[in-house]
Amino acid sequence: MLVDVDALVKNYGSRRVLDGVSFAVPAGSVLALLGPNGAGKTTTVRILSTLTRPDGGSARIAGHDVVRSPMAVRGLISLTGQFAAVDERQTGRENLEMIGRLRRLGRVGARRRAAELLDRVDLGAAADRFVETYSGGMRRRLDLAMSLVVPPAVLFLDEPTTGLDPVSRSTMWTAVGELVRDGTTVLLTTQYLEEADRLADRVVLIDGGRVAAEGTPEELKSRLGGERLLLAFPDGPAASAAVRALAADGAACGADALTAVLPSDGGAEHLRRVLDRLHVAGIPVTRVTASRPSLDDVFLALTGAGTQETV
Amino acid sequence: MTAPALPRHRSAALAESLVLVGRSVRLSRRDVETLVMAIALPLLMMALFVYVFGGAIETGGAYLTYVVPGIVLLCVGFGAAATAPAVADDMGRGMVDRLRSMPVAAAALVTGHVVASVARNALATGVVVAAAIAMGFRPDAEPLEWAAALGLLLLYVLALSALAAGLGALASSVQSASALTFFMLFLPYLSSAFVPTGTMPAVLRAVAEHQPITPVIETVRGLLTGAPIGSAGWAAVLWCVGLLVVSSGFAAWAYRRRTRR
Ligand SMILES: Nc1ncnc2c1ncn2[C@@H]1O[C@H](COP(=O)(O)OP(=O)(O)O)[C@@H](O)[C@H]1O
Ligand SMILES: [Mg+2]
Repeated sequence: MLVDVDALVKNYGSRRVLDGVSFAVPAGSVLALLGPNGAGKTTTVRILSTLTRPDGGSARIAGHDVVRSPMAVRGLISLTGQFAAVDERQTGRENLEMIGRLRRLGRVGARRRAAELLDRVDLGAAADRFVETYSGGMRRRLDLAMSLVVPPAVLFLDEPTTGLDPVSRSTMWTAVGELVRDGTTVLLTTQYLEEADRLADRVVLIDGGRVAAEGTPEELKSRLGGERLLLAFPDGPAASAAVRALAADGAACGADALTAVLPSDGGAEHLRRVLDRLHVAGIPVTRVTASRPSLDDVFLALTGAGTQETV
Repeated sequence: MTAPALPRHRSAALAESLVLVGRSVRLSRRDVETLVMAIALPLLMMALFVYVFGGAIETGGAYLTYVVPGIVLLCVGFGAAATAPAVADDMGRGMVDRLRSMPVAAAALVTGHVVASVARNALATGVVVAAAIAMGFRPDAEPLEWAAALGLLLLYVLALSALAAGLGALASSVQSASALTFFMLFLPYLSSAFVPTGTMPAVLRAVAEHQPITPVIETVRGLLTGAPIGSAGWAAVLWCVGLLVVSSGFAAWAYRRRTRR
């Protein structure tokens, strides 16, 4: 395993913010640490990137212990943190060349590498402007490029798209997707199920400093149940009739007597079949809503299940 | 599985420091307000002391000749103090974390700030001395005396900059970093910079004669204008070397404390 995390514990004062977090990332794969605000994602990433010392447990990057051999670890990783680590009063190009020279590419090598990366993250036109004139999305892309000056064995991305507009987010996803195709091992943190789904091979769900669930996005989704259709009816008898008519599709009574819910694949075809069936049976429908389980639902479901198992 | 770690050469820390010196110099050059203040303030003080107060101050010779070394020390104290907010600013941003997650020597960032401070101060001192010469200041120093005066000033600036860097690393904000260096701007007034210490009340005089700035000023004054130096020379060198050792240690400690894992 390229990244090996074993029972990490971290306390801030009397508060335990990581309580035995373990996971592993095989080389060439993408792992998403998914969790709400305050779950301990940043703390985990900071420990792995040698910025913070754990109070218990251990972590190794390519076999190097993050506490005992920090310099060896630093030579293998790059970190793009939650807040862009770029100099406002340097241009994008100067920022990149500075990193190249710190990594001993030499003046010429650093210049060449900076030019390549500026093109790659689509900042060619803004290369010689001060970063203080960049938008949030441009800053993140520069920050990502700074992590790639020397291609890292492991790339840490802490909430790479939080606070970005949808266009910048999808640009960022494309950039990360390209890296992954080139074989970079990535550990990213996110609050968005969709982002984990889109980018990650495996997801570690973390909540309150503990791993609440772990698996491929498909595995996790099947544990959560997929999309649902919520049907509303003008009266109770219509609702009960609908539940009977759609029993084969897994329909059940909703939260009140006027509604019914049933699992769906989210497709229009399924919706049409359901409505056709109700129409043929002469059951009037007043409203149809499709809903996906939100991240909150995920946490309720998974942390709830976790508590029951341990009690 | 253990991938081979890149071997770090002994020269690595030096090379990394040089890159970050370049960064700090670039950032200083672009911080126009700070740079202008660092030059304009000593110029204004010099004009004020020479043309406004100077007439009333008896120093046994031309007041301009007396006051220029003091103005230079005031100037470099002001310039060195600017290291504190610069370091504090870096500490509050992501760059310090990026550098700490890279294979870069821990001392490189602060070294960059301190050396950039020396460069800023060399510029400001040059401007102040040139203005003084334009106003009629006529140093009679030999090349060797110039070199000795500049060497002493260099030690002094290094020591104060390292002290300011340490304060900047500890400060919780850029503003409080500036406030913490207040005494650096204040100490020159409590020395022989602007008036001979003999004119002060006993208590102040004791302070003024035993604080580091007085011997440094007396020595620079003696080297540049031929005034007697006496024991001030050794005292100045000892003060500066001692301060440099202590403040470098303090800066290293403060940086480690701030970035404690
Ligand atoms: N330096 C710190 N001092 C005290 N508490 C901290 C510190 N850093 C993080 N925490 C706390 O630890 C918990 C986990 O934080 P974090 O790892 O940043 O979560 P996430 O990145 O998942 O939002 C939070 O409750 C946060 O308030
Ligand atoms: Mg976070």
